[in-house]
Amino acid sequence: MAPALINANPIVHEKKKRTSKPQANYNDAIPDVIDELEIFDHVRDITDPEHPYSLEQLNVVTEDSIFVDDAKNYVKITFTPTVQHCSMATIIGLSLRLKLLRCLPPRFKVDIFLAPGSHSTEAAINKQLNDKERVAAAFENPNLVDLVEKCLVSTEE
Amino acid sequence: MGAFFWELTFFSCLGLQILDSSHNRTVRQISWSPNGNLLASASFDATIGMWEYVGNEFSFIASFEGHENEVKSVAWNSAGTLLATCSRDKSVWIWEVLPGHEFECVSVLNGHTQDVKMVLWHPSLDILVSTSYDNTIKIWTEEGDGDDWHCAQTLGPPGSGHTSTVWAASFNATGDCMVTCSDDLTLNIWDSSADLSSANDDDSAKWKHLATISGYHDRTIYSVNWSSLNDLIASGAGDDCIRIFSKSQDGDQEGSQSYELVQKHEKAHTADVNCVQWHPKNPRLLASAGDDGIVKIWEVVGDLPHV
Repeated sequence: MAPALINANPIVHEKKKRTSKPQANYNDAIPDVIDELEIFDHVRDITDPEHPYSLEQLNVVTEDSIFVDDAKNYVKITFTPTVQHCSMATIIGLSLRLKLLRCLPPRFKVDIFLAPGSHSTEAAINKQLNDKERVAAAFENPNLVDLVEKCLVSTEE
Repeated sequence: MGAFFWELTFFSCLGLQILDSSHNRTVRQISWSPNGNLLASASFDATIGMWEYVGNEFSFIASFEGHENEVKSVAWNSAGTLLATCSRDKSVWIWEVLPGHEFECVSVLNGHTQDVKMVLWHPSLDILVSTSYDNTIKIWTEEGDGDDWHCAQTLGPPGSGHTSTVWAASFNATGDCMVTCSDDLTLNIWDSSADLSSANDDDSAKWKHLATISGYHDRTIYSVNWSSLNDLIASGAGDDCIRIFSKSQDGDQEGSQSYELVQKHEKAHTADVNCVQWHPKNPRLLASAGDDGIVKIWEVVGDLPHV
């Protein structure tokens, strides 16, 4: 028997229609400013650790939960686990971090937080996800990286 | 004062030797023995490596283990007879250096409730400082003349101290003052002149909070280093900046101290500054290391304060 799911019946939301970015990407004359939508596009298809749905479908991340200040090289993502006691919150946070580490230019500082009030151990998880030394150690753990990589395989593909 | 200028010094650095094949995960910190003959390395692979410099070459002489997981820091006492290490396993270990390159664990210190980030010895006494993810700094001393080490004091809330991870600490030249840096974006200055060996609960025999330097850093402060030659405090932070602080000359009231920012170097690196370290013999040189994979040597141009 499969292990009990933490949230057996999550609410699944519609996917937003994709809007392709205007010409900026292809024209060197227009500075390619990274905005919320671009970040959202990078993370929306990350698969939930326990359901075959994307973080977008489960409303774990929305475009509104992302803040970008391109000039200041800063990105902040606030995500909302499907349930308050979600033991997968760290894995979701690490997936977001690894994805952005791979997609964004290295000049960006990324902060990842749980939405206020969304989790029973919010402060502890926030501290862990933003301690780069512990994150670096976690990314050297093959079992953990395995879990995270599985999440990064898009549900689309 | 306050008229410092920076110049980046480009050394033609010869890669003297690459030390590999001893650790199979990240090497988090290295530390020279006081006589410069030994180099200890702390690794995420849970081991400590030891290298000896003989015949113009480093040879790997020992690897020792004991920590359950990532070793975060390693430090020698001033005599070079003791080595301290700390780990994510929340413990601090003290090792005795025995003849023949033997290292024996003489004490395992438990007390921190979280990941221990850094260990540091007092510049002349066998007093050990550890800083932790649990927001506190612990001071460890030897009990009597045996090998019994215990926590003599914990610096932290409530009252004073840091409100998030304490990443590093550094003593001034004489060891009567200590600075600590934190994820809470502040530096704290502590009076470390009290003699902790006289183990009593008398308040005068305790280290005390002297000052908080706040409002200057925009992201986590990962490194702080107090120069023993020019008395300046350098900090390296996640906002890519290096800052230099000095004790204020004016407004020095009894029992309180203030510190001022005398220099800020924006974009010192193109990523987080992980480490800043003053040269032990040349008061004008500072080295920094960043997440950009680069080590930079800075030269202070202008008048230095008199120590």
